[in-house]
Amino acid sequence: MTRKQKKSLCSIILSAVLLVVAKLLGNVAYVTVSLYILAYLIAGFDTLRKAFRNILRGNVFDENFLMAIATIGAIIIKEYTEGVAVMLFYRVGELFESIAVGKSRKSISELMDIRPDRATVIRDGEETVVSPDEVEVGELIVVAPGEKVAIDGIIVDGSSTLDTSALTGESLPRTAAIGDRIQSGFINLSGVITIKTECTFETSTAAKILELVENASSKKTRSEAFITRFARYYTPAVVFSALALAVIPSIVFGNPLSWVKRALIFLVISCPCALVISVPLTFFGAIGCASKKGILIKGSCYIEQLSKAGTVVFDKTGTLTKGSFSVTAIHENGIGKQRLLELAAISESRSSHPIALSVIRAYGKKPDQSQISSISEVSGQGIIAQIGDDKVYCGNSKLMNSIGIDTPECHRQGTVVHVAVNGQYEGHIIINDEIKEDAKEAITLLSQSGVRRTVMLTGDSEAIAQRVAKELCIDEYHAELLPTDKASLLEKIIEEKDSDSTVVFIGDGINDAPVISRADVGIAMGALGSDAAIEAADVVLMDDKPSKTAFAVKLSKKAISIARCNIIFALSVKLLVLILGALGYAGMWLAVFADVGVSVIAICNAMRTLRIKE
Amino acid sequence: MKKTYRMENLECANCAAKMEDAISKLEGVSSISVSFISQRLIIDADEKLLPKIMKKAQKIVCKIEPDCEIVL
Repeated sequence: MTRKQKKSLCSIILSAVLLVVAKLLGNVAYVTVSLYILAYLIAGFDTLRKAFRNILRGNVFDENFLMAIATIGAIIIKEYTEGVAVMLFYRVGELFESIAVGKSRKSISELMDIRPDRATVIRDGEETVVSPDEVEVGELIVVAPGEKVAIDGIIVDGSSTLDTSALTGESLPRTAAIGDRIQSGFINLSGVITIKTECTFETSTAAKILELVENASSKKTRSEAFITRFARYYTPAVVFSALALAVIPSIVFGNPLSWVKRALIFLVISCPCALVISVPLTFFGAIGCASKKGILIKGSCYIEQLSKAGTVVFDKTGTLTKGSFSVTAIHENGIGKQRLLELAAISESRSSHPIALSVIRAYGKKPDQSQISSISEVSGQGIIAQIGDDKVYCGNSKLMNSIGIDTPECHRQGTVVHVAVNGQYEGHIIINDEIKEDAKEAITLLSQSGVRRTVMLTGDSEAIAQRVAKELCIDEYHAELLPTDKASLLEKIIEEKDSDSTVVFIGDGINDAPVISRADVGIAMGALGSDAAIEAADVVLMDDKPSKTAFAVKLSKKAISIARCNIIFALSVKLLVLILGALGYAGMWLAVFADVGVSVIAICNAMRTLRIKE
Repeated sequence: MKKTYRMENLECANCAAKMEDAISKLEGVSSISVSFISQRLIIDADEKLLPKIMKKAQKIVCKIEPDCEIVL
């Protein structure tokens, strides 16, 4: 508890004791009354002070003022116990509310606890501890095990394992050694490393992410806008109905005292606090929860959009597939798979083409270039190399046809590298862009969470696109697209959607920036270390797992339903108590509950967003 | 120009909404958000008018919640 909260707890206890004493004392002329008033003043001092100050400043519809009128009203009509007790109850509720808000603030800020508070920098050969924003670009900083990396940079000395979970949500530690680029916010787990900084603290990843998340609440959802508008009319409306309730029936039916009492109940319920706090808190909690999992949502409005996702459009390369080629099959005619691969690797060893690199990677060893006595490249076809005693042809079917070999059709899709030795066909190697492990899961989870249409866009060939789409059960695909085609296709998809659903696009953020910004929600993935991607997208996935998208949709749906639940709960309790109050069935107690009690419950409900699981 | 300020003693969510409403009506303010949860004021305003706007904003904040302060 803070000092302020302790102080108010003390005054609540003191006032409660006085109230009990006055109650036990019974009716002793002025003594009891003065005890009641003393108890009231102790409990209500803060409220009365604020109310008074606000009236001087011309703020009439303020909850302190309304509480003051309601309780002073009760005391004037000689309902001492009620006046004091209601004020007490109100203060207790307020205390709970302030504790609940403090707690949620704390747990949200703990979720985003990536801000490094110091850095050890090497200056003049000595290690000095400074604040991260004092470190300049190009300086060397030392990170000991257990410390947070303060600024983005490249490791120049040492190696270690790093906990990246605060940024990426990935629980497996990452290993890093000299030459690796690492981001601020990582926690060093094992060895001491020295980093050459590449930017200042303000432009480092941790600072940027924090800024994004802290600013996220400025882009409001429709429900937040509704609450703000509602709050503006709610308080005056309730206050005027209270006034009407006090005056009109008194004139018609007489017995003004009872009507004034009912009107006071209205005043107590007139603050829309429960709504005004709990709805934004729900979204803030959801943003906090998402960032813990490595998903940065740049505004609560995107939570609303994501929750209505009807169509999800994926870019293929780098999003659903790894974007790096690898050998997926080797078919040989008696030469042996290893030998076939070796010959191909040696022939391709001087090339830097992605296909060549993947063959060499699959070979696993460094190809022995010394065996090559002559080598030549046939542009657009392949390579002809003299390796030892063998003349090796390595390339596509055009190359094979040129030496009079008919290539067999392969049942596997992908890029095919044929190999012929001394004029004899020996087999082929199939190379494919690998599908990410969790791509299938992502599609399945998305359709489970109510996405009706999944689309894949790619610049690749029809055959490859078809294979990937079939394997992942994607509803439709568009292949052989130019970057500009992607944007116009997305435009068409947006036109076709239902009016109450949204179109989400997921890409790698670097090549797809225009498409990302056109979609209702643009998601960029693999954004760690790419400023452009973070800039362009509405939602940023720090790692490159497409299944995070499914979680983001699920989380958004949950957050929206919690927010809605809070709105309905708070409004219906208030309305019910207003009706009961007008009919004379509800006392002050119930009214105070409808004010602060409902706030506390709604805050607790809002905080459920922090615990949404994948 | 967009700027973020920390706020101290912002204790009532409804007040934050009222501040937002009042500050948004000041001249030169293109967007403003007062976040009760993160205790921050994020303002996008004309750079030349900003010092003046912030002075007025401080006054508005004080009027709505006397203990509350924008940390400039």
